Amino acid sequence: MKLNKVAKGLLFAIPALALTACSSTAGVDADSEILDNQTSLEQAGGPEVGGLDQVQTAEERQREKYAELRREHILYFDFDRADIRPEFGELLEAHAAFLVENPRTRVIIEGHADERGTPEYNIALSERRGKAVQRYLQSLGVLSSQMEVVPYGEEKLLDSAATEAAHTKNRRAVLVY
Amino acid sequence: MNVKSCLAALAAILMMSSAPTRAALEIVITEGVNAARPVAVAPFRWLGDGPIPNQIADVVSSDLSRSGSFSPLALSALPQRNVGGEADLDLPAWIATGAEAVVVGSIRPAADQRFEVSFELVDLLRAQASVEDTSGPVIKKDHIIEGRTTVIPQAQFRRFGHRISDLVYEALTGNKGAFLTKIAYVTVDEQAAPFKFQLRVADYDGYNETVLLRSREPLMSPSWSPDGKKLAYVSFENRRSEIYIQDLYTQQRERITDFAGINGSPVWSPDGKKLAMTLSKDGSTEIYIMELATRQLERITNHYAIDTEPSWAPDGQSLVFTSERGGRPQIYQIMLDSKRIKRLTFQGEWNLGGSITPDGKHLVMVNRTNGQYNIARMELSSGHIDVLTETYLDESPSVAPNGSMIIYSTSHNGRQVLAAVSMDGRFKARLPMQVGSVKAPAWSPFL
Repeated sequence: MKLNKVAKGLLFAIPALALTACSSTAGVDADSEILDNQTSLEQAGGPEVGGLDQVQTAEERQREKYAELRREHILYFDFDRADIRPEFGELLEAHAAFLVENPRTRVIIEGHADERGTPEYNIALSERRGKAVQRYLQSLGVLSSQMEVVPYGEEKLLDSAATEAAHTKNRRAVLVY
Repeated sequence: MNVKSCLAALAAILMMSSAPTRAALEIVITEGVNAARPVAVAPFRWLGDGPIPNQIADVVSSDLSRSGSFSPLALSALPQRNVGGEADLDLPAWIATGAEAVVVGSIRPAADQRFEVSFELVDLLRAQASVEDTSGPVIKKDHIIEGRTTVIPQAQFRRFGHRISDLVYEALTGNKGAFLTKIAYVTVDEQAAPFKFQLRVADYDGYNETVLLRSREPLMSPSWSPDGKKLAYVSFENRRSEIYIQDLYTQQRERITDFAGINGSPVWSPDGKKLAMTLSKDGSTEIYIMELATRQLERITNHYAIDTEPSWAPDGQSLVFTSERGGRPQIYQIMLDSKRIKRLTFQGEWNLGGSITPDGKHLVMVNRTNGQYNIARMELSSGHIDVLTETYLDESPSVAPNGSMIIYSTSHNGRQVLAAVSMDGRFKARLPMQVGSVKAPAWSPFL
């Protein structure tokens, strides 16, 4: 279940990396730069292998927890709503902490909707979701220059089944680094 | 700069030659055959040697049945074969079939690989009156109410068939036929990866399908220019929404907007000079009008709630649009000179995606009642709403230029398919694709 979610997050993260490569001017070099960046990110959250102190400080525990949380990139919304549900507060805090520490890192906030309603209305609704995430991150200190909201409406469904479960999965915002 | 090559890689634009005789969208009539008027279409008589090159009558017969207004008799119910014109008809036998009218015609070889095609439309009700009137010699044949002769290459047989259907439809209903029209739509097909998203046009009956654009990223909202030569649409090829205009004949393609946020819902004004659109560049989702010659933008709405889905009234003096300003999405109208706004819809939980019919009398839209999304028609003078469809998750209604039919997108067996419903709701058809999903249909103007 958890793994599944992580895998889905990666599905979005990978094309995003490709895109970053594209929009960068340095072509091939940009790729390796991003890969390095990615590796160092993973290390930042890893266990303190050679540490003298076996007891983690509160700060370290927090960092570790945030690193774990940051592996999740998707948050979900209620029908026709754009409020951030309380259970996603911690997830956003983890991403915000990372973005505040890395002010040159940019994130794309994709907004998505389920397929009920018209495509044009859903584009607007999904932008509202993206902007709610943007405001939340901004309130935690992330610079507006680090964030871009891209609304996709109902054009990129995660699950195209005509079920309530599928609708629930589709109403989402995705953080893409 | 390699951004350019990246763009080229992200969206490959290919004009593809069309497969001439295969219908990509097979039409399945699901309701309404009983309400249609009986007519007959006799196979056209071939006056040359060897096999007939193509049977035009099939096109006419399909057109008439798809119009929802007519139910052509089965071939087996026709009293005569091999008739080439009114003179060959055994009128009493045809009158006895109960058909209101019969289309007869002939195809004759002409010079330069061309063919002379003739047809006549015989009003059998009138013919009955003159057959019964035995008091004098029957000379005038006023029961032949339409007829033409033309010389065409074989490649134009389908086209001329649609032309005959237009003439027959107009003669029998008094309204212009819309058989010489096209439909633009977006297909989404995993099998076509990496170019999963495609913008296509086809004849209104699904034949002569052409791919206009293939992309890795979503395509939305095709809209026809009033001269039928260009399409405006939204493409996400650069990982954000942008509005493009593409010429269907020269294949020339131009990016019109790439503002931050939403670039959506492009719709041509009736005079073809302006494009109404939805942008969120100034914070909230608002409707703008762009003067195409100067690219000058005018902001039309100004409200913190969502305003989107602009659609021009036929006279070009106002827009109808969807707004959430009343709390839930409903349809409003704004006069472009005074900017006065009037709410049009009050019934139903939501109403969205509205457009005014060509005669200016009705509003066609998506209505949500009890959580069901269906196509509805509201009479503008009375505000009376009729829900026309019973399909699931209906959206993107587009009205035929003669106002007779609405094509829309709906969900069927877990895929998006196109469907059609007549303006009176009596005729219903489904247009399933062989593979993938089809959405965002846009009916062309008269071509």
